[in-house]
Amino acid sequence: MEKIIEVKNLVKKFDSFTANDNLTFEVKKGEIFGFLGANGAGKTTTIRILCGLSAPTSGDVRVAGYDIYKEQEKVKQNIGYMSQKFSLYEDLTVSENIRFYGGIYGIKGEERKRKETALLKNLEMEHARNKLIGSLPLGWKQKLAFSVALLHDPKIIFLDEPTGGVDPITRRRFWDLIYETAANGTTVFVTTHYMDEAEYCDRISIMDAGKIEALDSPTNLKIQFGVKTINEVFVSIAR
Amino acid sequence: MQTIKYILQKEFRQILRNKTLLPMMFWVPLMQLLVLVFAATFDVKEIKLTVVDNDMSETSRQLVSKFDGSTFFNLNNAMQHPTMAEELLLEGSTDIVLVVPSGLEKSLIRGNTAKVQLLVDAMEGNTAQLIYSYSSQIIHQVNRDIMAEQVKVSNSNQLAQINVHERYWYNDNLDYKWYMAPGILSVLVTIIGMFMSGLNLVREKELGTSEQLNVTPIKKYQFIIGKLIPFWIIGLIELAFGLTIAWIVFNLPVNGSLLLLFGFAGLYLAGILGLGLFISTIAHTQQQVMFMNFFFMLIFILMGGIFTPVESMPDWAQTINHLNPVYYFMRIMRQVILKGSDFADLLKEFTGLTVLGIFFLSMAIWSYRKTE
Amino acid sequence: MLILFGIPITQLLIFGTVIKNEISDVPIAIYDESKDEVTAELINKVRSSGYFILDENLESINSIDQILKKGYIREIIVFENNFAQKLLKEGRANIQLIADASDPNLARLVTTYTTGIINDYVVKMNLNKGMPLQIQSEVRMFFNEEMKSSYQFVPGTMALILMLVSALMTSVSITREKETGTMEILLASPLHPFQIIAGKVFPYLLLSIINAFVIIFIGNLVFRVPIAGSFGLLLLETILFTTMALCLGIFISTVAKNQMVAMFISLIALMLPTIILSGFIFPIENMPKILQVLSYIMPARYFIEIIRSIMLKGIGIQYVWQETAVLGGMTLLLIAVSVKRFKIRLE
Repeated sequence: MEKIIEVKNLVKKFDSFTANDNLTFEVKKGEIFGFLGANGAGKTTTIRILCGLSAPTSGDVRVAGYDIYKEQEKVKQNIGYMSQKFSLYEDLTVSENIRFYGGIYGIKGEERKRKETALLKNLEMEHARNKLIGSLPLGWKQKLAFSVALLHDPKIIFLDEPTGGVDPITRRRFWDLIYETAANGTTVFVTTHYMDEAEYCDRISIMDAGKIEALDSPTNLKIQFGVKTINEVFVSIAR
Repeated sequence: MQTIKYILQKEFRQILRNKTLLPMMFWVPLMQLLVLVFAATFDVKEIKLTVVDNDMSETSRQLVSKFDGSTFFNLNNAMQHPTMAEELLLEGSTDIVLVVPSGLEKSLIRGNTAKVQLLVDAMEGNTAQLIYSYSSQIIHQVNRDIMAEQVKVSNSNQLAQINVHERYWYNDNLDYKWYMAPGILSVLVTIIGMFMSGLNLVREKELGTSEQLNVTPIKKYQFIIGKLIPFWIIGLIELAFGLTIAWIVFNLPVNGSLLLLFGFAGLYLAGILGLGLFISTIAHTQQQVMFMNFFFMLIFILMGGIFTPVESMPDWAQTINHLNPVYYFMRIMRQVILKGSDFADLLKEFTGLTVLGIFFLSMAIWSYRKTE
Repeated sequence: MLILFGIPITQLLIFGTVIKNEISDVPIAIYDESKDEVTAELINKVRSSGYFILDENLESINSIDQILKKGYIREIIVFENNFAQKLLKEGRANIQLIADASDPNLARLVTTYTTGIINDYVVKMNLNKGMPLQIQSEVRMFFNEEMKSSYQFVPGTMALILMLVSALMTSVSITREKETGTMEILLASPLHPFQIIAGKVFPYLLLSIINAFVIIFIGNLVFRVPIAGSFGLLLLETILFTTMALCLGIFISTVAKNQMVAMFISLIALMLPTIILSGFIFPIENMPKILQVLSYIMPARYFIEIIRSIMLKGIGIQYVWQETAVLGGMTLLLIAVSVKRFKIRLE
């Protein structure tokens, strides 16, 4: 199975504080990989490093088959990212956002129009094409941010706490989208502090105080820790 | 290249759509231009004069009427005691007191010293200087008249006289508005260049969209150009707008080449946009950006000679001004607009702006990082 | 912190040292068509006055425009030919002063000073010929003997800084609470709105007063601006003005939607008008009537008047009670309006 993310001995320090303490893990192509942990455990630090937003203090990191130190731009061409803030331009319309982000990735003209239509159809948002992002409900913004991040067909998409502040039903629907995406062969790397979402992933890792304390499929972890829910797994670790 | 096109598209859409920003960028400067330029003047007119004439002679009356007849002075009060007149100074109801001591004329005739006293409210230094100068001139004129009479009477040596003719070039009406308007226009351009562009950038940081951009394959220089060009264009538009208004309202001419003016403006804008960008990369909140910008701008503008001449500043200040882009630009504006100076006259300013511009832009590019 | 003290002190230093209208070492040039002893003597007098620096001697009349366009020479003194002869034989000779009037104020100062020097020479010349005595003048500069610019600007700077910093800091701080939502929490508590606001404002009141102190002391020690009047009165008036500025800040926070707007209003909409219309740099009496009227609503105008009077004139409350009353009135008005707006929003 092709490895889409390879991390070896990743260390990230901010002055004297070690946010990531010697992490080693791999993510396989097509996986839905859940990166769990409490707030402050170091999840966001890791994902920012993987996306090229932050430089590691030391360690080897390869994303989408490229070295993040030497081949940054190739990495960026092949990844997508959705932050907690959703990051679409509130004062631009849906169509304008698509036009902009598409253009940056080199998708223009007919191809872009095609993708735009397909995207909107998939989300059942055709009527929202010319609406300002700022005028849309939170759940819609969320799905749009996700879909726009996939516009350039990246090999892997990074989601940093994508379901924060959204109601359970919308959360569930969002995960449907994630399944769809993974089924198409795109790897999904998602961080979350909702332990129930862990159940939806193929494999998860749990971070605590800068270290990975557990990494396996949800089922295996529950067996390993002898508990019924991931939440309990987490609680055992955190103690 | 294409990428830059998309960035510019997005920027302009956002700016044009911003209902509060756009009018602010045009109306506020316009208002300021108008109010400031009309208000700012060091001209001294209608100087309130109080006379204490204890001589009541022909000579003293001659003196007083000369003052009264002058367009600069308004003879408001006549007092009998200097102390009463001093009270007026304390109250602020008079600007200058002329005290003619008793026995003035007699002194003159006998050939002794004849002194009048001028008590000037010097709280405003500039005004005081002018009041004193005007008074001296009037006294000198009276002296000449006295001499002329003497000559007629005594037939002695002809008195000598040097006629001084004042010629005021480039602004013969001594219209202070013509001095202020180019200065204020420079300020407006500066505000757009440093302030607005920096604010815009930090806003993206706060919203998270600049992070989103950092994840894309967009290159640093593309991002920077995309951020600078819209405000560069807006700055030049604002300059054109301001010049037009100044021409309509103040009759401000543009004696030099418009091309040269806008060329320099473009050079200047590029430099301070770089500075604004640099400030916003090291700031984290819009608040910080505002403060830092305000701080630098105020210093640059004041030292650049907007209100008071650079020639009057202490030597160390004049030296520091070589690092002040606003100083160069204000000079350029005033010279080109009022005097019609051409490029050869402004070589020093050109060099200064170019060096500073390259420096600021380099700092900006160097400090902006996609990866921390 | 840095902002709170750094900005005021830097501004003070700049206004005290850099912003000046005094003439010294102003570069001028001479175009002398005669080059005789009289012109040489006159040129010497001009040179040794301390006001001017003789930068160039021009050789042709055409170079006048050239040199002025470069923008460094501010005046050219032109002596006509046969100057000394004309003076002797005809009793009159002509000098032209060509001044660069792109800065009209400087131009006027330069020409009047030059004329003064020339006039002085004429008087001495005639006295030497045994002419009758002339009226001389003895001048006393009241309140500011050396006509120093710093006397004029330091009090004004104080007003400006107090106004800006107080109004700005207060409005931003309160608006920030509005933005982050903590204001609502406070309002929901049993605290009276007045207490909340007072709590926010008090630290800034203290800081501003400390600022004022620092400014007065620097002004006094570094720039030798005297405190001719009662220090106690000075302090009281400063506290009054600071309170007013803080209330202004509160008022701004009731109309501003977010921090950006609050900052914008405080800095830009407040600062420039305050500088220009308060009499800080430009004398109000010489402005167009409309603007003079406008300046009546500038609180800084009154404060500057008061401060200058106390510091430079050394007079007491009997002279400045009117201005004080106005400031007091403004403060009360601002409080009233702010309280009202606050109540409206609560409903």
